[in-house]
Amino acid sequence: MALSRDQIAMRVAREFQDGNYVNLGIGIPTLAANYVPEGIEVMLQSENGLLGMGRYPSEAEVDADMINAGKETVTAITGASIFNSAESFAMIRGGHVDFTVLGAFEVDVNGNIASWMIPGKLVKGMGGAMDLVAGAKNIIVTMTHADKHGNSKLLPACTLPLTGVNCITQIITDLAVLEVADGAFHLKERAPGVSVEEIKEKTAGKLVVEGDIPEMKL
Amino acid sequence: MSGFDKVVTSYEQAMQGLEDDMTVIAGGFGLCGIPEGLIAQIKKQGVKGLTIVSNNCGVDGFGLGILLEDKQIKKMVSSYVGENALFEKQLLNGELEVELTPQGTLAEKMRAGGAGIPAFYTATGYGTPVGEGKEVKEFNGRPYILEESITGDFAIIKAWKADRYGNCVYRHTAQNFNPMAATAGKITVVEVEEIVEPGELAPTQIHTPGIYVDRVIKGTFEKRIERKVLAKEDR
Repeated sequence: MALSRDQIAMRVAREFQDGNYVNLGIGIPTLAANYVPEGIEVMLQSENGLLGMGRYPSEAEVDADMINAGKETVTAITGASIFNSAESFAMIRGGHVDFTVLGAFEVDVNGNIASWMIPGKLVKGMGGAMDLVAGAKNIIVTMTHADKHGNSKLLPACTLPLTGVNCITQIITDLAVLEVADGAFHLKERAPGVSVEEIKEKTAGKLVVEGDIPEMKL
Repeated sequence: MSGFDKVVTSYEQAMQGLEDDMTVIAGGFGLCGIPEGLIAQIKKQGVKGLTIVSNNCGVDGFGLGILLEDKQIKKMVSSYVGENALFEKQLLNGELEVELTPQGTLAEKMRAGGAGIPAFYTATGYGTPVGEGKEVKEFNGRPYILEESITGDFAIIKAWKADRYGNCVYRHTAQNFNPMAATAGKITVVEVEEIVEPGELAPTQIHTPGIYVDRVIKGTFEKRIERKVLAKEDR
């Protein structure tokens, strides 16, 4: 069975290590905050200028001056810091953020990512995504393995305008966990009940399968 | 307004000197930390052909979005402009130009502009449409693109508190782009919730030192929330 959005987020959260600073993009990545394993402490960075992002506020806590990068009302944890946008992107660009998790339209075998622009559709902007992929030490891309027409999103070369080049090393999809290295996708884990054959079929870029591929633990 | 006393009492004084075709740098992230009264004054003055440098362009009917209503904006320099139907219409009509700029690059362009640095290299945007036509240079084996800094004829800023010297502090994430924008305006105007006596703001806690600030005005703010999301138990 392909993973649900929440199950992808659960698998993402298993990558976090105690003491990591993590930036989570909008959508599935944000859900990963709900599944940080017991005994592991991570601090969430929100690129509008908040390190130590907390949960959503109660009605009484709602404050127009307290929002996250998705412009949603939010709270800060004890020990948080708040700063300006240049400082925030110094953290990101300077490689101080340990993990960035973000969605994508396409990723290719060279670690290129396209996530912000579909020609012919209205372009709304890249926000902080280009800075995040240029700066983070580890980037995890979360997306469905194929689009709703069955077309693979893991390609020999991205077809859409890029967000960043040679920057993606890990992908977690609804079907698989893959690493990107040496011009190929390397299959590391498969979703429970999903066959290697199905993953091969839905991966357009070069796929390396070595040995037995274990099922993911969630 | 005299000497170090930067307080003005009318919005006309606050935005005096703003003319057609000028560049205005605006602080704010979405609708958070935006100088609501200064934006309203720009609308009232009716100046046209403006280039606005701001992370976003407000929403329909609020924030910088109101400057679209009378087609006062010629060009937006922003990282994300997706919240605004009128913006979309004017963009598709060719009435409005947009220069999409990565968020961190935009912040650094303002910071560098205010700090007297004309350009800087960044890896952000290399190999993407943002890097097209820009100088590329390798440092330690990694390619970087040259980005030019930004300064404005005006900078419009929202702060929480300021004293008459123009020393400012911001509240929570309403800080965002405001401190960098404040450094990058030839004329920097700050709209605040509260004007305090000199000495009330601890010198070590000042976010924007008064040297960057030309005018301070006390405003009133609606502080509209773009996306109110509550904790599960409160929904």
